[in-house]
Amino acid sequence: MGKMQLITKGFVKENPTFSLLLGMCPTLATTTSAINGLSMGLATLFVLVLSNMAISATAPYIPDKVRIPAYIVIIAAFVTILQLVMQAFTPDIYQTLGLFIPLIVVNCIVLGRAEAFANKNGVVDSACDGLGIGIGFTFALTLLGIVREMLGSGSAFGFKFISGDGILVFVLAPGAFLALAYLIVIFRKLTAAKGE
Amino acid sequence: MEYILIIISAIFVNNILLSQFMGICPFLGVSNKLSTAVGMSGAVCFVITLATLVTYLFQYYVLVPLHIEFMQTIAFILIIAALVQMVEIVLKKVSPSLYQALGIFLPLITTNCAVLGVALMVVTKEFTYGGEPHLLNLGESVVFAFATSLGFGLAMILFAGLREQIALNKVPKAFQGIPIALVTASILAMAFMGFSGLV
Amino acid sequence: MAIQSSFKNMTLCLFAVCIVSSALLAAVYAVTKEPIEAADHAKTISSIARVVPEFEGDPVSATVEVGGKEYSYYTVSKDGRPVGYAITSSSVGYGGPVVLMVGITSDRVVYNTVVLSQAETPGLGAKCVEPAFADQFKNLDPGQKKMAVKKDGGDIDAITASTITSRAYIKAVETAVAVYDVIVTGQDSGAVDAASGATLEADAPGEGTEENK
Repeated sequence: MGKMQLITKGFVKENPTFSLLLGMCPTLATTTSAINGLSMGLATLFVLVLSNMAISATAPYIPDKVRIPAYIVIIAAFVTILQLVMQAFTPDIYQTLGLFIPLIVVNCIVLGRAEAFANKNGVVDSACDGLGIGIGFTFALTLLGIVREMLGSGSAFGFKFISGDGILVFVLAPGAFLALAYLIVIFRKLTAAKGE
Repeated sequence: MEYILIIISAIFVNNILLSQFMGICPFLGVSNKLSTAVGMSGAVCFVITLATLVTYLFQYYVLVPLHIEFMQTIAFILIIAALVQMVEIVLKKVSPSLYQALGIFLPLITTNCAVLGVALMVVTKEFTYGGEPHLLNLGESVVFAFATSLGFGLAMILFAGLREQIALNKVPKAFQGIPIALVTASILAMAFMGFSGLV
Repeated sequence: MAIQSSFKNMTLCLFAVCIVSSALLAAVYAVTKEPIEAADHAKTISSIARVVPEFEGDPVSATVEVGGKEYSYYTVSKDGRPVGYAITSSSVGYGGPVVLMVGITSDRVVYNTVVLSQAETPGLGAKCVEPAFADQFKNLDPGQKKMAVKKDGGDIDAITASTITSRAYIKAVETAVAVYDVIVTGQDSGAVDAASGATLEADAPGEGTEENK
């Protein structure tokens, strides 16, 4: 697989949200607006690329039986670095996303890529893989954020295009489930049509 | 009184699955059958309560005195991972029947964000039960954790019951599997919204 | 994997991973410590600047005890006289504490308010940060206007479908005014205690107006 392919496959074929259905907690919780979805996606992307690189570099030296705890520690270290950096430079976004930044540690996408890809491949390939999956995740979260914000508040990225409120339920919990369900269905329809 | 507020709020009003979105992976993953949902809920209940107790003590007796609060995330996830391992070993020895019922779910729980989520919540989030915003004390934390896991179990079991029914119906192809489950979850979440304003 | 899973290897490996991670974190912590404090400070300063009239020099931080609770506030001065106070006060909203910074000028008028933190429902209570609601507290004289939502017979327009949040916001402003009185007169009139009573009322069941969708 070429490097470019590694990056692009996360967009559609192995899209972590729409096709692999991983990392659902932040997907549902942080997409109340487009900007929140985008921030969460980028935060995960950051951890994904760095942890993939670190794990692919250290994998040969880690005994098989303790690899999962070792990976978790490595991921947790990068997550904490992200927390500190965000606190210092983007305190507002850090406050908005709150608990879901430290919870990147238990995002199955990150550990999943470590297990499925990074520990068997080179550092550069792993970085590309992390980048690809991360971009796919960011894309999915931003899209869901845009849909929910448009329907729920009548705006996108904070720009209002109708006066008054939208269908408020879409920024609340039930709307998150519903919007995601329909996006997955549309995604399936589109990819199925492409395949024929 | 405050404990009752905590319990009602954690189970119904701020349900961990349906309004906080933590632990969605097992919620969607192992809710096909009622029996597995019950097993998973039991295991989660056990681990959340225990993990919150241990991480709470660790936070206030190790991290804070040493001024290394920035190690929080690493320390908590390691404690949870170790605890899950230990529970597995102890359960295997002490109660093989319980181990049979819960055993296969235990490894999955380390990466269940509800566990880490609750552990982090009790030491960072200010709660407003009974007036002034304040951090929870040890007793409240443990009660909160236990009630949260009951809320997890309630949502999980209701959801599994619904999904068993849906499995008997014809569902459009594109909706099969996760999408229809998400639509169901949405309606369930709407029902739980009825509890808001209660506490 | 090239390394055997012997007990010694496993222990050594995990130990090494933990040590390296901790060292890395300690380094990043040391580097980001100052920017984090600077960001906090910058946020406080910009909040103060938004809620009080033009001032000279640095705001002076202090605390005052009112009704058994400590409140922190900043005094800003111009021409050597205090022109305003930026008071941090909080109350219980719908999703958690609503923390405000309330600026009150030396003639007891609320100059402006800023939300420091809130966890209200997005799209509903979270709208308390928007000008449509928050601007009602600009240049508000608590002696002239009745500090309550219209539903409760007051002069403030509540946020649509978010009465609880609106009440919490008003209560925080009221508390700040009471704190101001204590700062200026130096006497605790007990007004804050009276205001805290509103908390329970706002939590009463049947007030699920946030759900109106």
